Amino acid sequence: MSQPTEPPEWQPRIVAFFCNWCTYTAADLAGVSRLKYAANVRVIRLMCSGRVDPQFIFEALAGGADGVLIGGCHPGDCHYVEGNYKMLRRFEMLQRLLGELGVERERVRLEWISAAEGEKVKRVVNEMVEQVQKLGPLAMPQRFEGWDEELSRLEAAVAAAPVAPAAPAPAALA
Amino acid sequence: MSATSKPKVAFYWCASCGGCEETVVDLAEDILGVVEKVDLVLWPVALDFKYHHLEAMPDRSITATLLNGAIRSTEQEEMARLLRRKSQFLLAYGSCAVSGGIPGLANQFPLEQVLRFNYEEAPTLLNEAKTRPQTHFAESGRDVTLPALHQMVRALDQVVEVDYYVPGCPPTPNITRAALGALLEGKLPPKGSVLAPDIALCDECPRKKSKPANLSFAEFKRPHQLLVDPAVCLLAQGVVCQGPGTRGGCGAQCPGGNMPCTGCFGPTSRVHDQGLKILSSLCANVEAKDEPGIVKTLDGIPDPVGTFYRYGLAKSLLRRKVTLGVNGFPH
Repeated sequence: MSQPTEPPEWQPRIVAFFCNWCTYTAADLAGVSRLKYAANVRVIRLMCSGRVDPQFIFEALAGGADGVLIGGCHPGDCHYVEGNYKMLRRFEMLQRLLGELGVERERVRLEWISAAEGEKVKRVVNEMVEQVQKLGPLAMPQRFEGWDEELSRLEAAVAAAPVAPAAPAPAALA
Repeated sequence: MSATSKPKVAFYWCASCGGCEETVVDLAEDILGVVEKVDLVLWPVALDFKYHHLEAMPDRSITATLLNGAIRSTEQEEMARLLRRKSQFLLAYGSCAVSGGIPGLANQFPLEQVLRFNYEEAPTLLNEAKTRPQTHFAESGRDVTLPALHQMVRALDQVVEVDYYVPGCPPTPNITRAALGALLEGKLPPKGSVLAPDIALCDECPRKKSKPANLSFAEFKRPHQLLVDPAVCLLAQGVVCQGPGTRGGCGAQCPGGNMPCTGCFGPTSRVHDQGLKILSSLCANVEAKDEPGIVKTLDGIPDPVGTFYRYGLAKSLLRRKVTLGVNGFPH
């Protein structure tokens, strides 16, 4: 290791859930077409955008992701007929819930990207990285830590207290 | 040490409404059997005691403490830590201790806003001097103190280790009886278990047979917006019922009383975030396929946090409105 250096400039971390039949294949196409897009996305392949449990999205955010991108087939093209509609309906309500919980709606994005649209993967990923870059870190793990600082003082005091001796029970307890 | 060899049991309350205490009394004559078998060493709602008696007890000398209520103040935190230390088993009793409960909904607002409303702005209030509770107050040369409020509401296991969970708002007598029975007979499941059936409420709902295999919501209705058919699945009538995402064990009392389940028993063991799971299930089954139609249908659920996280915001994946900082300011 060389001399300690300045911490690297903050880069957004984005978790992407891509449907196996459309968007993941499009990302593959982008790859073989030698298209370059920002390296900030971690792609997770699912069989369908309808498989995206809202818990996955919130768990990604709670675990340190700054944004979540969901890619599915265009309406009418779902391999399982209805999966992308299910995602769209959940997404509408999730956006409301996120808004009420103070998470900027732009941090979670749903896009329809067919297997032929490698170019769109590139555009959407780059746009999203730029957008989240502007919003700054969500930093949920750090927030959780900050929130619980108010507990640590008493915790330390209790840990330091001596173990109580076996005292005679007072009348009320006898 | 006590002269008797009966197991010592403590009941304690934190940020709660008193309904959980009521349930213990709701055991009716069964409570006599419980009282016969145990030494009640602490029960502030019913018996006199002093905190220093508790402090003087040897560590782990209480067999079990049933603690209800969420943790909102420094006093509640202190008592939770003290009872944890004095008890072999600590049970989170009721929704507030299990998952934050109704008080947990305050995690949508900064503490300052909660205090301002309650001491200055509430329409039922007469407080021209805008007096608020202080942590210190000098009275005749003595320093009188009150506990401070934390910035957020926490479930019990977000403060101390919890051995078992008894869910419900409040836990029903049958669940309470079973929990006490398991404790006294030493027939306890693995640590960390929820002492209630691990299956969704629909399983024991009297309306189960009329639940359609394929639900489809043209609109969501709140209970006051329709005359509910007492024999038909509430979801089939467009009422937001959380039965499919909620643990059973209560005997489906709310659907039995013509009201939808609001989710107080929390999720089953396979689910991490009850609100998101029920949101997922309900919204995926909206009939509309186009955005304006979906938006219109979802407008029938005007308060998503209050609906889906009615009892579980404090224990949900994000825990509170994320922009609320440590001191009420964004950080």
